[in-house]
Amino acid sequence: MSASTITITDNTFDEQIASSSTPVLVDFWAEWCGPCKMVAPILDEIATEQSSRVTIGKLNVDDNIRTAQRFEVMSIPTMILFKDGEAVMRIVGAKSKSALLADIEAHL
Amino acid sequence: MPGVEPREVIIIGSGPAGLTAAIYCARADLHPLVLEGEPSSNSDQPGGQLMLTTEIENFPGFIEGIMGPELMANFRAQAQRFGAEIETVKVSRVDLTERPFKVWVGDPSQSDPTYSAHSIIVATGARSLMLNVPGESELLGHGVSTCATCDGFFFRNQPIAVIGGGDSAVEEALFLAKFASSVTLIHRRGELRASKIMQDRARAHEKISFLWNSVVTEVIGDSRLRGLSLRNTVTGETSTLEVGGCFIAIGHSPNTDLFRGQLNLDDAGYLLTHEGSRTNIAGVFACGDVQDSNYRQAITAAGSGCMAAIDAERYLEGVSV
Repeated sequence: MSASTITITDNTFDEQIASSSTPVLVDFWAEWCGPCKMVAPILDEIATEQSSRVTIGKLNVDDNIRTAQRFEVMSIPTMILFKDGEAVMRIVGAKSKSALLADIEAHL
Repeated sequence: MPGVEPREVIIIGSGPAGLTAAIYCARADLHPLVLEGEPSSNSDQPGGQLMLTTEIENFPGFIEGIMGPELMANFRAQAQRFGAEIETVKVSRVDLTERPFKVWVGDPSQSDPTYSAHSIIVATGARSLMLNVPGESELLGHGVSTCATCDGFFFRNQPIAVIGGGDSAVEEALFLAKFASSVTLIHRRGELRASKIMQDRARAHEKISFLWNSVVTEVIGDSRLRGLSLRNTVTGETSTLEVGGCFIAIGHSPNTDLFRGQLNLDDAGYLLTHEGSRTNIAGVFACGDVQDSNYRQAITAAGSGCMAAIDAERYLEGVSV
Protein backbone atom coordinates (compact mmCIF):
# COMPACT_ATOMS: atom_id res chain seq x y z
CA MET A 1 0.00 0.00 0.00
CA SER A 2 1.48 3.33 -1.01
CA ALA A 3 1.23 6.49 1.04
CA SER A 4 -2.09 8.21 1.55
CA THR A 5 -3.09 11.51 3.12
CA ILE A 6 -2.49 12.24 6.81
CA THR A 7 -4.96 13.85 9.20
CA ILE A 8 -3.79 17.05 10.89
CA THR A 9 -5.43 18.65 13.94
CA ASP A 10 -4.88 21.78 16.06
CA ASN A 11 -3.01 19.64 18.58
CA THR A 12 -0.76 17.81 16.12
CA PHE A 13 -0.12 20.53 13.52
CA ASP A 14 3.27 21.84 14.73
CA GLU A 15 4.66 18.39 15.44
CA GLN A 16 3.54 16.96 12.09
CA ILE A 17 4.91 19.88 10.08
CA ALA A 18 8.24 19.84 11.97
CA SER A 19 8.77 16.09 11.75
CA SER A 20 7.90 15.59 8.10
CA SER A 21 10.77 14.51 5.86
CA THR A 22 9.00 16.00 2.82
CA PRO A 23 7.16 19.30 2.28
CA VAL A 24 3.55 19.10 3.50
CA LEU A 25 0.59 20.46 1.55
CA VAL A 26 -2.14 21.13 4.12
CA ASP A 27 -5.67 21.07 2.74
CA PHE A 28 -8.07 23.18 4.85
CA TRP A 29 -11.48 21.64 4.15
CA ALA A 30 -14.95 20.97 5.55
CA GLU A 31 -17.75 18.50 4.98
CA TRP A 32 -20.15 21.24 3.80
CA CYS A 33 -17.81 22.68 1.15
CA GLY A 34 -18.65 21.56 -2.40
CA PRO A 35 -15.40 22.64 -4.08
CA CYS A 36 -13.46 20.81 -1.30
CA LYS A 37 -15.17 17.60 -2.35
CA MET A 38 -14.03 18.14 -5.93
CA VAL A 39 -10.43 18.56 -4.82
CA ALA A 40 -10.34 15.66 -2.33
CA PRO A 41 -9.96 12.81 -4.87
CA ILE A 42 -7.29 14.80 -6.73
CA LEU A 43 -5.28 15.24 -3.52
CA ASP A 44 -5.66 11.51 -2.78
CA GLU A 45 -4.12 10.76 -6.17
CA ILE A 46 -1.28 13.23 -5.66
CA ALA A 47 -0.61 11.75 -2.19
CA THR A 48 -0.15 8.32 -3.74
CA GLU A 49 1.70 9.31 -6.89
CA GLN A 50 4.05 11.87 -5.29
CA SER A 51 4.48 10.15 -1.90
CA SER A 52 8.27 10.41 -1.93
CA ARG A 53 8.18 14.16 -2.67
CA VAL A 54 5.20 15.70 -0.86
CA THR A 55 2.91 14.76 2.01
CA ILE A 56 -0.76 15.72 1.81
CA GLY A 57 -2.25 16.73 5.17
CA LYS A 58 -6.00 17.13 5.69
CA LEU A 59 -7.18 19.68 8.24
CA ASN A 60 -10.91 19.87 8.95
CA VAL A 61 -11.67 23.54 9.72
CA ASP A 62 -14.85 22.70 11.64
CA ASP A 63 -12.85 20.77 14.22
CA ASN A 64 -9.62 22.78 14.02
CA ILE A 65 -10.56 26.42 13.72
CA ARG A 66 -7.50 27.57 15.72
CA THR A 67 -5.08 26.49 13.00
CA ALA A 68 -7.36 27.91 10.29
CA GLN A 69 -7.41 31.26 12.09
CA ARG A 70 -3.66 31.18 12.71
CA PHE A 71 -3.09 31.04 8.95
CA GLU A 72 -5.93 33.49 8.23
CA VAL A 73 -7.85 30.98 6.15
CA MET A 74 -11.05 32.72 5.04
CA SER A 75 -12.06 30.65 2.07
CA ILE A 76 -11.95 26.94 1.47
CA PRO A 77 -10.52 24.93 0.00
CA THR A 78 -7.25 26.65 0.89
CA MET A 79 -4.07 24.62 0.47
CA ILE A 80 -0.83 25.81 2.07
CA LEU A 81 2.53 24.21 1.30
CA PHE A 82 4.91 24.01 4.25
CA LYS A 83 8.58 23.48 3.47
CA ASP A 84 11.13 23.26 6.32
CA GLY A 85 8.37 24.43 8.64
CA GLU A 86 7.65 27.60 6.66
CA ALA A 87 4.53 28.37 4.62
CA VAL A 88 5.96 28.84 1.12
CA MET A 89 2.85 28.79 -1.06
CA ARG A 90 -0.89 29.24 -0.74
CA ILE A 91 -3.59 28.09 -3.15
CA VAL A 92 -7.12 29.43 -2.61
CA GLY A 93 -9.93 27.65 -4.43
CA ALA A 94 -10.37 24.37 -6.23
CA LYS A 95 -8.23 23.65 -9.28
CA SER A 96 -7.64 20.88 -11.78
CA LYS A 97 -5.00 18.24 -11.04
CA SER A 98 -2.58 19.57 -13.64
CA ALA A 99 -2.87 23.13 -12.28
CA LEU A 100 -2.35 21.94 -8.69
CA LEU A 101 0.66 19.83 -9.65
CA ALA A 102 2.22 22.76 -11.52
CA ASP A 103 1.80 25.01 -8.45
CA ILE A 104 3.31 22.41 -6.10
CA GLU A 105 6.09 21.43 -8.49
CA ALA A 106 7.43 24.98 -8.55
CA HIS A 107 8.22 24.74 -4.82
CA LEU A 108 9.52 21.19 -4.41
CA MET B 1 -6.10 9.17 -30.60
CA PRO B 2 -9.62 9.95 -29.42
CA GLY B 3 -10.27 12.53 -32.16
CA VAL B 4 -10.11 10.04 -35.03
CA GLU B 5 -13.63 8.65 -34.84
CA PRO B 6 -16.25 11.41 -34.71
CA ARG B 7 -18.79 11.08 -31.90
CA GLU B 8 -22.49 11.38 -32.63
CA VAL B 9 -22.91 14.06 -30.01
CA ILE B 10 -20.63 15.97 -27.65
CA ILE B 11 -22.18 17.88 -24.76
CA ILE B 12 -20.15 20.79 -23.43
CA GLY B 13 -21.09 21.54 -19.83
CA SER B 14 -22.57 19.53 -16.97
CA GLY B 15 -25.14 21.58 -15.10
CA PRO B 16 -28.83 20.64 -15.12
CA ALA B 17 -29.06 21.40 -18.87
CA GLY B 18 -25.99 19.43 -19.99
CA LEU B 19 -26.69 16.39 -17.82
CA THR B 20 -30.39 16.25 -18.78
CA ALA B 21 -29.29 16.36 -22.42
CA ALA B 22 -26.86 13.52 -21.57
CA ILE B 23 -29.62 11.39 -20.01
CA TYR B 24 -31.86 11.82 -23.07
CA CYS B 25 -29.05 11.33 -25.62
CA ALA B 26 -27.79 8.22 -23.81
CA ARG B 27 -31.29 6.72 -23.74
CA ALA B 28 -31.57 7.46 -27.47
CA ASP B 29 -28.38 5.39 -28.04
CA LEU B 30 -26.36 8.41 -29.19
CA HIS B 31 -23.44 7.50 -26.85
CA PRO B 32 -22.94 11.09 -25.71
CA LEU B 33 -19.60 12.36 -24.52
CA VAL B 34 -19.95 15.00 -21.80
CA LEU B 35 -17.01 17.37 -21.34
CA GLU B 36 -17.96 18.43 -17.83
CA GLY B 37 -15.34 21.10 -17.05
CA GLU B 38 -12.70 21.18 -14.34
CA PRO B 39 -12.80 21.80 -10.58
CA SER B 40 -12.86 25.45 -9.49
CA SER B 41 -14.35 27.52 -6.69
CA ASN B 42 -16.65 29.51 -8.92
CA SER B 43 -19.69 28.29 -10.84
CA ASP B 44 -17.50 27.34 -13.84
CA GLN B 45 -17.07 23.77 -12.55
CA PRO B 46 -18.57 20.30 -13.07
CA GLY B 47 -22.20 20.48 -11.92
CA GLY B 48 -22.38 24.24 -12.49
CA GLN B 49 -23.97 26.90 -10.33
CA LEU B 50 -25.91 24.48 -8.12
CA MET B 51 -22.59 23.19 -6.75
CA LEU B 52 -22.30 26.45 -4.79
CA THR B 53 -25.80 26.35 -3.33
CA THR B 54 -27.25 24.63 -0.29
CA GLU B 55 -30.90 23.59 -0.12
CA ILE B 56 -32.89 23.57 -3.38
CA GLU B 57 -36.52 23.92 -2.38
CA ASN B 58 -38.21 24.42 -5.74
CA PHE B 59 -36.98 21.49 -7.84
CA PRO B 60 -40.11 19.41 -8.39
CA GLY B 61 -40.09 15.89 -6.99
CA PHE B 62 -38.16 16.62 -3.81
CA ILE B 63 -40.81 17.29 -1.21
CA GLU B 64 -38.40 18.31 1.55
CA GLY B 65 -35.85 19.89 -0.80
CA ILE B 66 -32.42 18.56 -1.74
CA MET B 67 -28.86 19.90 -1.47
CA GLY B 68 -27.59 21.40 -4.74
CA PRO B 69 -24.41 19.26 -4.98
CA GLU B 70 -26.41 16.12 -4.16
CA LEU B 71 -28.95 16.91 -6.89
CA MET B 72 -26.14 17.31 -9.41
CA ALA B 73 -24.49 14.06 -8.28
CA ASN B 74 -27.83 12.37 -8.94
CA PHE B 75 -28.10 13.91 -12.45
CA ARG B 76 -24.57 12.70 -13.20
CA ALA B 77 -25.11 9.15 -11.90
CA GLN B 78 -28.37 8.91 -13.85
CA ALA B 79 -26.62 9.96 -17.09
CA GLN B 80 -23.86 7.41 -16.46
CA ARG B 81 -26.40 4.66 -15.77
CA PHE B 82 -27.55 4.97 -19.39
CA GLY B 83 -24.01 4.98 -20.75
CA ALA B 84 -23.11 8.67 -21.03
CA GLU B 85 -19.33 9.05 -21.04
CA ILE B 86 -18.08 11.91 -18.85
CA GLU B 87 -14.64 13.50 -19.03
CA THR B 88 -13.44 16.00 -16.39
CA VAL B 89 -11.84 18.37 -18.87
CA LYS B 90 -12.45 21.92 -19.97
CA VAL B 91 -12.96 22.77 -23.63
CA SER B 92 -10.41 25.32 -24.84
CA ARG B 93 -11.50 25.77 -28.46
CA VAL B 94 -14.17 24.71 -30.94
CA ASP B 95 -14.29 24.84 -34.74
CA LEU B 96 -17.87 24.75 -36.00
CA THR B 97 -17.06 25.90 -39.53
CA GLU B 98 -16.72 22.41 -40.97
CA ARG B 99 -18.12 18.97 -40.30
CA PRO B 100 -17.56 16.97 -38.27
CA PHE B 101 -17.29 19.75 -35.68
CA LYS B 102 -13.96 19.92 -33.86
CA VAL B 103 -13.36 20.28 -30.14
CA TRP B 104 -10.08 20.90 -28.31
CA VAL B 105 -9.21 20.45 -24.65
CA GLY B 106 -5.90 21.59 -23.18
CA ASP B 107 -3.61 23.57 -25.47
CA PRO B 108 -5.89 25.33 -28.00
CA SER B 109 -3.03 25.97 -30.43
CA GLN B 110 -2.61 22.29 -31.27
CA SER B 111 -3.47 21.62 -34.89
CA ASP B 112 -5.34 18.36 -34.27
CA PRO B 113 -8.56 18.56 -32.26
CA THR B 114 -9.02 16.33 -29.22
CA TYR B 115 -12.50 15.23 -30.29
CA SER B 116 -14.83 15.61 -33.22
CA ALA B 117 -18.61 15.15 -33.44
CA HIS B 118 -21.53 15.25 -35.85
CA SER B 119 -23.54 17.35 -33.42
CA ILE B 120 -22.77 19.52 -30.41
CA ILE B 121 -24.92 20.55 -27.49
CA VAL B 122 -23.67 23.71 -25.79
CA ALA B 123 -24.55 23.86 -22.08
CA THR B 124 -21.72 25.96 -20.69
CA GLY B 125 -23.96 28.01 -18.39
CA ALA B 126 -23.11 31.33 -16.79
CA ARG B 127 -20.63 32.60 -14.24
CA SER B 128 -20.87 35.15 -11.43
CA LEU B 129 -20.16 38.76 -12.28
CA MET B 130 -17.64 40.67 -10.19
CA LEU B 131 -17.83 44.32 -9.10
CA ASN B 132 -14.63 45.37 -10.91
CA VAL B 133 -13.74 48.02 -8.33
CA PRO B 134 -10.33 48.71 -6.71
CA GLY B 135 -9.30 46.22 -4.03
CA GLU B 136 -11.72 43.50 -5.06
CA SER B 137 -9.34 41.08 -6.80
CA GLU B 138 -6.61 41.58 -4.16
CA LEU B 139 -9.00 40.68 -1.35
CA LEU B 140 -10.75 37.77 -3.07
CA GLY B 141 -10.30 34.85 -0.68
CA HIS B 142 -9.33 37.29 2.11
CA GLY B 143 -12.81 38.45 2.99
CA VAL B 144 -14.29 38.95 -0.49
CA SER B 145 -16.14 35.87 -1.71
CA THR B 146 -18.55 34.66 -4.37
CA CYS B 147 -19.47 31.51 -2.45
CA ALA B 148 -21.44 31.95 0.78
CA THR B 149 -21.71 28.23 1.35
CA CYS B 150 -17.91 27.82 1.09
CA ASP B 151 -16.79 30.79 3.13
CA GLY B 152 -19.64 31.95 5.40
CA PHE B 153 -18.32 29.83 8.26
CA PHE B 154 -15.18 31.99 8.59
CA PHE B 155 -17.17 35.12 9.39
CA ARG B 156 -18.85 33.90 12.56
CA ASN B 157 -19.95 36.84 14.73
CA GLN B 158 -18.67 39.40 12.22
CA PRO B 159 -20.59 42.01 10.22
CA ILE B 160 -21.04 40.90 6.61
CA ALA B 161 -22.22 42.63 3.45
CA VAL B 162 -24.00 40.97 0.55
CA ILE B 163 -24.05 42.86 -2.75
CA GLY B 164 -27.03 42.30 -5.07
CA GLY B 165 -30.81 42.26 -5.12
CA GLY B 166 -31.87 39.03 -6.82
CA ASP B 167 -32.78 35.63 -5.46
CA SER B 168 -29.16 34.52 -5.09
CA ALA B 169 -28.24 37.64 -3.11
CA VAL B 170 -31.18 37.19 -0.74
CA GLU B 171 -30.50 33.47 -0.42
CA GLU B 172 -26.89 34.21 0.50
CA ALA B 173 -27.96 36.86 3.02
CA LEU B 174 -30.30 34.38 4.72
CA PHE B 175 -27.62 31.70 4.78
CA LEU B 176 -24.94 34.06 6.11
CA ALA B 177 -27.27 35.39 8.84
CA LYS B 178 -26.77 32.01 10.55
CA PHE B 179 -23.10 32.86 11.19
CA ALA B 180 -22.75 36.64 11.06
CA SER B 181 -23.39 39.23 13.74
CA SER B 182 -25.25 41.23 11.08
CA VAL B 183 -25.85 41.11 7.34
CA THR B 184 -26.25 44.25 5.24
CA LEU B 185 -27.76 43.71 1.83
CA ILE B 186 -26.46 46.42 -0.50
CA HIS B 187 -28.48 46.97 -3.63
CA ARG B 188 -28.08 49.57 -6.35
CA ARG B 189 -31.83 49.94 -6.77
CA GLY B 190 -34.62 50.95 -4.39
CA GLU B 191 -36.30 47.54 -4.37
CA LEU B 192 -35.32 43.90 -4.63
CA ARG B 193 -35.69 41.77 -7.73
CA ALA B 194 -35.87 38.60 -5.64
CA SER B 195 -39.03 36.49 -5.42
CA LYS B 196 -41.69 37.48 -2.90
CA ILE B 197 -41.10 34.50 -0.60
CA MET B 198 -37.36 35.21 -0.36
CA GLN B 199 -37.94 38.94 0.21
CA ASP B 200 -40.41 38.26 3.01
CA ARG B 201 -37.94 35.94 4.73
CA ALA B 202 -35.15 38.50 4.52
CA ARG B 203 -37.28 41.39 5.77
CA ALA B 204 -38.48 39.31 8.69
CA HIS B 205 -34.93 38.36 9.72
CA GLU B 206 -33.68 40.39 12.67
CA LYS B 207 -30.01 40.25 11.59
CA ILE B 208 -30.61 41.44 8.01
CA SER B 209 -30.78 45.13 7.08
CA PHE B 210 -30.90 46.87 3.70
CA LEU B 211 -28.91 49.67 2.07
CA TRP B 212 -30.84 50.87 -0.95
CA ASN B 213 -29.62 52.80 -4.01
CA SER B 214 -26.04 52.10 -3.06
CA VAL B 215 -23.03 50.92 -5.03
CA VAL B 216 -19.61 49.77 -3.86
CA THR B 217 -16.85 52.04 -5.15
CA GLU B 218 -13.88 50.44 -3.38
CA VAL B 219 -13.04 47.37 -1.35
CA ILE B 220 -10.82 48.36 1.58
CA GLY B 221 -8.30 46.18 3.41
CA ASP B 222 -4.68 45.10 3.79
CA SER B 223 -4.10 41.41 4.41
CA ARG B 224 -7.84 41.04 5.00
CA LEU B 225 -11.05 42.90 4.23
CA ARG B 226 -11.83 45.85 6.53
CA GLY B 227 -14.68 47.64 4.85
CA LEU B 228 -16.43 48.97 1.77
CA SER B 229 -16.63 52.45 0.30
CA LEU B 230 -20.16 53.17 -0.83
CA ARG B 231 -21.90 55.80 -2.90
CA ASN B 232 -25.60 56.55 -2.82
CA THR B 233 -26.78 56.69 -6.44
CA VAL B 234 -29.63 59.11 -5.62
CA THR B 235 -27.97 61.62 -3.28
CA GLY B 236 -24.36 61.10 -4.37
CA GLU B 237 -23.41 60.80 -0.69
CA THR B 238 -20.41 58.60 0.08
CA SER B 239 -19.90 56.44 3.15
CA THR B 240 -17.84 53.59 4.56
CA LEU B 241 -19.24 50.35 5.93
CA GLU B 242 -17.04 48.23 8.19
CA VAL B 243 -17.38 44.54 7.35
CA GLY B 244 -15.31 41.40 7.82
CA GLY B 245 -16.82 39.64 4.83
CA CYS B 246 -18.28 40.75 1.51
CA PHE B 247 -20.26 38.37 -0.68
CA ILE B 248 -20.93 39.29 -4.28
CA ALA B 249 -24.15 38.15 -5.97
CA ILE B 250 -24.81 40.76 -8.66
CA GLY B 251 -25.80 38.46 -11.46
CA HIS B 252 -24.28 36.34 -14.15
CA SER B 253 -22.57 36.46 -17.50
CA PRO B 254 -22.96 33.65 -20.06
CA ASN B 255 -19.93 31.45 -20.80
CA THR B 256 -19.87 32.07 -24.54
CA ASP B 257 -16.29 33.20 -25.19
CA LEU B 258 -15.57 29.84 -26.86
CA PHE B 259 -18.24 30.44 -29.47
CA ARG B 260 -17.82 34.14 -30.22
CA GLY B 261 -17.54 34.69 -33.98
CA GLN B 262 -19.05 31.27 -34.75
CA LEU B 263 -22.44 31.22 -33.05
CA ASN B 264 -24.82 34.19 -32.97
CA LEU B 265 -25.00 35.97 -29.62
CA ASP B 266 -27.29 38.68 -28.32
CA ASP B 267 -26.00 42.00 -27.01
CA ALA B 268 -25.43 40.59 -23.53
CA GLY B 269 -23.46 37.65 -24.94
CA TYR B 270 -26.15 34.97 -24.60
CA LEU B 271 -26.42 32.36 -27.38
CA LEU B 272 -29.36 33.00 -29.67
CA THR B 273 -31.61 29.99 -30.29
CA HIS B 274 -34.67 29.49 -32.45
CA GLU B 275 -37.22 26.67 -32.97
CA GLY B 276 -36.36 25.05 -29.69
CA SER B 277 -32.63 24.74 -29.11
CA ARG B 278 -31.29 25.40 -32.62
CA THR B 279 -28.41 27.85 -33.10
CA ASN B 280 -27.38 29.49 -36.38
CA ILE B 281 -25.35 26.37 -37.28
CA ALA B 282 -27.35 23.23 -38.12
CA GLY B 283 -26.26 20.45 -35.77
CA VAL B 284 -25.22 22.79 -32.96
CA PHE B 285 -27.77 23.16 -30.17
CA ALA B 286 -27.78 25.22 -26.99
CA CYS B 287 -29.58 24.80 -23.68
CA GLY B 288 -29.60 26.14 -20.14
CA ASP B 289 -28.36 29.49 -18.85
CA VAL B 290 -25.93 30.02 -21.73
CA GLN B 291 -28.99 30.86 -23.88
CA ASP B 292 -31.43 32.03 -21.19
CA SER B 293 -31.11 35.39 -19.48
CA ASN B 294 -34.76 35.33 -18.46
CA TYR B 295 -35.78 32.29 -16.39
CA ARG B 296 -32.41 30.86 -15.24
CA GLN B 297 -33.84 28.09 -13.06
CA ALA B 298 -32.52 24.55 -12.60
CA ILE B 299 -35.83 23.17 -13.85
CA THR B 300 -35.96 25.37 -16.97
CA ALA B 301 -32.32 24.50 -17.71
CA ALA B 302 -33.12 20.80 -17.37
CA GLY B 303 -36.18 21.22 -19.60
CA SER B 304 -34.16 22.96 -22.30
CA GLY B 305 -31.50 20.22 -22.04
CA CYS B 306 -34.18 17.69 -22.85
CA MET B 307 -35.25 19.81 -25.85
CA ALA B 308 -31.66 20.01 -27.11
CA ALA B 309 -31.25 16.23 -26.88
CA ILE B 310 -34.45 15.62 -28.83
CA ASP B 311 -33.47 18.25 -31.42
CA ALA B 312 -30.03 16.64 -31.78
CA GLU B 313 -31.52 13.16 -32.14
CA ARG B 314 -33.87 14.35 -34.91
CA TYR B 315 -31.04 16.20 -36.61
CA LEU B 316 -28.82 13.10 -36.58
CA GLU B 317 -31.67 10.98 -37.99
CA GLY B 318 -31.90 13.39 -40.92
CA VAL B 319 -28.19 13.37 -41.83
CA SER B 320 -26.28 10.25 -42.79
CA VAL B 321 -23.83 9.71 -39.98
